[in-house]
Amino acid sequence: MQTQVDNQTQTETKRVFKLDNVNVYYGPHLALRDVNMDIMEHEVTSFIGPSGCGKSTLLRCFNRLNDLITGARVEGNVTYHGANLYGEKVDPVVVRRKIGMVFQKPNPFPKSIYENIAFGVRVNGMKVNMDEVVEQSLRGAALWDEVKDKLKDSGLSLSGGQQQRLCIARAIAVQPEVILMDEPCSALDPISTLRIEELIKELKQKYTIVIVTHNMQQASRVADVTAFFNAEAVEKGRRVGYLVEYGPTEMIFNTPREQYTLDYVSGRFG
Amino acid sequence: MTSVTGGSGDRSSTANRQLVDIDKRVTTAGVLDSGFRGLTLILALAGGACLAWIIVQAAIAAWPAMQLFGFGFIFNTTWSPVTGIYGALPQIYGTLVTSFVALVIAIPVGIGTAIFLTEDFVPSYIRSPIGFAIELIVAIPSVVLGLWGIFVLVPMIRPFFQFLHSTLGWIPIFGGDAPRGNNLLLVGLVLSVMISPIIISITKSTFESIPPELRQGSLALGATRWETILRVLIPAGLSGIVSSVMLAMGRALGETMVAAMLVGNANRISASILQPGSTITSLIASQFGEAGRTQVSALMYAGVVLMVLALVVNIFAEMIIRRFQNVE
Repeated sequence: MQTQVDNQTQTETKRVFKLDNVNVYYGPHLALRDVNMDIMEHEVTSFIGPSGCGKSTLLRCFNRLNDLITGARVEGNVTYHGANLYGEKVDPVVVRRKIGMVFQKPNPFPKSIYENIAFGVRVNGMKVNMDEVVEQSLRGAALWDEVKDKLKDSGLSLSGGQQQRLCIARAIAVQPEVILMDEPCSALDPISTLRIEELIKELKQKYTIVIVTHNMQQASRVADVTAFFNAEAVEKGRRVGYLVEYGPTEMIFNTPREQYTLDYVSGRFG
Repeated sequence: MTSVTGGSGDRSSTANRQLVDIDKRVTTAGVLDSGFRGLTLILALAGGACLAWIIVQAAIAAWPAMQLFGFGFIFNTTWSPVTGIYGALPQIYGTLVTSFVALVIAIPVGIGTAIFLTEDFVPSYIRSPIGFAIELIVAIPSVVLGLWGIFVLVPMIRPFFQFLHSTLGWIPIFGGDAPRGNNLLLVGLVLSVMISPIIISITKSTFESIPPELRQGSLALGATRWETILRVLIPAGLSGIVSSVMLAMGRALGETMVAAMLVGNANRISASILQPGSTITSLIASQFGEAGRTQVSALMYAGVVLMVLALVVNIFAEMIIRRFQNVE
């Protein structure tokens, strides 16, 4: 406790998100309980754990995408650079402009490649040279060379891996500070996955990244910090997720504090 | 190993001929399969054949009038059983105008309602009854809607017609003589009530079938709800929306009872939609009973014109959809 307070001033500038006793409910049911953690600037934080442990639920708290689910409710404190993300004056639309997201299934809009990227820039009312932004974003997502001659083609004509990189390009086009990734490689083949992972390592120079993954190797390859979640059964077969522990990825994978974490990361559980 | 090979000498000889049995065989499932395929083929062909049969029959019945009047029929404004001269221009005009008015009202109402019913603006215990009520409108017989038009809508809306005429009368479509109770705008209004549910229900299922990932993707980029609806969902569902409009327009073009009861059956063309007119369907419905031979043929000719009209409009719309899809 004492050391935490001492570190506070030192880490204040670098801390992007701070979670205090966060509980997430879907309707009357608790889905995730009592999460306390910090997300640091220019780091890749990965969330791992079995299905149904609330990783994606927590991820969606950061850009308030849980607002879309009727009955979803967040208790406790989620602060973004010290400001309460769930404060009454906070506009979720503005939050989402600063905190981008890449989804599990590539979801390009049924528009041209160019328009896919221009869309976010337009709705954000950014006064920029659109051609330049499109090129920069596609380069940033390592997709430019593959699509530069067919920007007018539909985004849906690309392969799965290209579509996912288009979605990343779309996210960085609006110059967010944070990029949330919800199992971004689960629908991709190993080669596309590798490209995305390389991309994540580059992106962290400019952005803060939080990634949910089921792939333990992926977490160990890309993440600086790893958080391990688990779920416990409560009444009537319902399960509640909780954060077991988090720390530097190396520590979580080699010398975790909890035996359960070690069992999980070493593959002793399916 | 050796004992196994030795013991299965019998089996290996069969294996020389064939390793596994994967030959074609007649099974019940196979027969049902091909039978079902044949059945669906027949049903599909029957639909097309029906259309062809109707067109051929109508054309045969219309043939004498076609020979007599030629293409002049669609440019002539006279409809005179006494002199035996027939032309359907006022009816073609009336059909197009009433359908157009109906669409101008029904498209925004229909798309708006579909958005309202699918985009979580209100809880489902409010949404479901509204959706159900809308679908019930389709079940109202058109003669009942016609009666409703005569006895309820006309007295109620007459002041509105007068208001339009007196304040916007300088615009030709609201100008002309004093407005009548039965007019083209009235028919358009009642038709819009009839066709809105078609647009609503098809557009609604189109929106429901758009993957939720698209919606989330747009919102996650910082788009507001309206930006998401207008720039992502409507473009994504455009082909569904356009086909709903096409179906609705087909209904409006062909609707008979409402037009016959409310249009005023005046054989004239006036720029004002507050004046009575006539539609192809109302013409056929009101004259078929006591028509002489040439007149029946002329009415059938008018029917053929209506079918061609619907076809042309559909082809036109199909081209618009293609154009849109290419752009996207």
